[in-house]
Amino acid sequence: MASAIASTLATRPVRAVSHRATRDPAWARWTLTAVALLFLAFFLVLPLLVVFVQALDKGGAYFLATVREPDALASIRLTLLTVAIAVPANVTFGVSAAWAIAKFRFPGKSLLTTLIDLPFAVSPVISGLIYVLVFGAQGWLGPWLIDHNIRIIFAVPGIILATTFVTFPFVARELIPLMQAQGTDEEYSAVTLGASGWQTFWRVTLPNIRWGLLYGVILCNARAMGEFGAVSVVSGHIRGETNTMPLHVEILYNEYNIVGAFAVASLLALLALATLVLKSIVEWRQTGTP
Amino acid sequence: MSIEAHGIRKKFGAYTALDGVDLNVPQGKLVALLGPSGSGKTTLLRIIAGLEFPDPGSGRVLFHGEDVTDVPAGKRRVGFVFQHYALFRHMSVFDNVAFGLRVRRRRDRPSKESIAERAHKLLELVQLEGLAGRYPSQLSGGERQRVALARALAVEPKVLLLDEPFGALDARVRKDLRRWLRRFHDEIQLTTIFVTHDQEEALEIADEVVIMNKAHVEQVGTPQEVYDRPASPFVYQFLGNVNVLRAPALAHSVPRGARPEGPNPEGQIYVRPHDIEVTAHDAGGTGLSAVVRHIHAAGPQARLLVEQVQTREHVEVEISRSELSNLGLNVNDLVRLRLRQTHSFDEDYAI
Repeated sequence: MASAIASTLATRPVRAVSHRATRDPAWARWTLTAVALLFLAFFLVLPLLVVFVQALDKGGAYFLATVREPDALASIRLTLLTVAIAVPANVTFGVSAAWAIAKFRFPGKSLLTTLIDLPFAVSPVISGLIYVLVFGAQGWLGPWLIDHNIRIIFAVPGIILATTFVTFPFVARELIPLMQAQGTDEEYSAVTLGASGWQTFWRVTLPNIRWGLLYGVILCNARAMGEFGAVSVVSGHIRGETNTMPLHVEILYNEYNIVGAFAVASLLALLALATLVLKSIVEWRQTGTP
Repeated sequence: MSIEAHGIRKKFGAYTALDGVDLNVPQGKLVALLGPSGSGKTTLLRIIAGLEFPDPGSGRVLFHGEDVTDVPAGKRRVGFVFQHYALFRHMSVFDNVAFGLRVRRRRDRPSKESIAERAHKLLELVQLEGLAGRYPSQLSGGERQRVALARALAVEPKVLLLDEPFGALDARVRKDLRRWLRRFHDEIQLTTIFVTHDQEEALEIADEVVIMNKAHVEQVGTPQEVYDRPASPFVYQFLGNVNVLRAPALAHSVPRGARPEGPNPEGQIYVRPHDIEVTAHDAGGTGLSAVVRHIHAAGPQARLLVEQVQTREHVEVEISRSELSNLGLNVNDLVRLRLRQTHSFDEDYAI
């Protein structure tokens, strides 16, 4: 008994010292935490709440009516169509680009790596303008396109092109470091065991990157739905035809239909929240599996 | 199946990995490619496997006399084990081993049952029957190594190529596993080449050792041949501890038979620490006078660092512990050295 007490007495001061040495004083911890929480509440939670409160300001019936209005439905359809084309396209491009960059040596590799980041570096408005300059009526290919009765600018193809461009880096950026870290030994193994290039990709490379890929797809999807700048430039804002959800929100807002604008915005916000939940699940899975 | 390589050259940019290398591995032998890092040994192994190709027009790789230089890796029937095993991390041990059979074209592919049977037999062969359901991350280094081996053997390779097979293991496991590999090789009789930078490993288990340095093959021979009759200063120094001494000073300390011959009286003499005899100085007789500077007696052998009186060159000597206690040596004692066996190389051959 006595010896037990003696030993706890002997160890206690040592422990206290080692803890104190690695910890900040209590007031500093609380202040820092409070600042972070206040900032979060003010800049993230509050706006999100405002969106939903405003959306339901005139009751659930009005909310439903706004969301079911033909132009709103058209904007939802267009957004989903854009996402349905842009995301798979970027998955294909992103996986091929990451595969090429991470697994092969070729001249121009660093140039390609830099180019992938271009859409992040350029303002979305500029990205939209580039397409107008190339495909627009006064652009390089404009006259030829008009002759052949192909509409890109102020039409759905332009919106899809601009969205694809802006969201291009997400998948590739996510995969390149992952694939570089994994190296090429597993692929070489598969090859010596007689697997074809295609089998190697489907059975070895893809399963190894699946969580990273899903993560990239989720981010890419979120951005594709919410893209405003680039799409705004190429869309032409034709109601019921070339308005995506973010553009529809803007139009409603400019018409002083605040509640309507927030109603559609709340749908986008819901999609964003769903994306975040998905992303957390994927992150949790990613760290949970070898 | 025998393996031959003739005049293999390989450059990576400005760096020459292999500069006209020849290799001849007879059927059923266990051959070590031994050399320091950067000597080109792994590149040579990858060229044999078909994972790299020699520079265009430079050389040929023959399996059993048949030219396979342009045959892709998947069609060469080689089993390749990577240094870090490269197991498929998302597959169980069983799926890893079965992979090579499952990716075959339908008409060559065995039935599901016979694939399973074969995989289990191979796991039994490498003594991992109980671990079929585990994932690579749940295995120890030695276990991963053996899974990689079983996976490579599943496709019934004609040759087995191992890249630094024990490099990533700790010392004890490494020793066990290399003896196991030797027994394993005797059992399956598959022509095997393994790459290593550890001379002890190569000398212990290989039938034949190919010593490489700076993109060239320095010497080929059985472990005893290369150890006893090194063809170059590099090989001599690479295969164990060595003292390099100036020749003239030693003229009277080397018995006539062991004295280096040829037109090289001014050159250097190579002598291994355990080929030096130490006697007490006052016993008279011939030998090189030297002063003991340091005695390191921990371990099976005692190591002495002595300084020659005449040239002030330092010499490392290895004697048995009992000899050390018979001599009763202390630091700063005067001793005589006699060189039992020495080597010398023509100057123009030296590195």
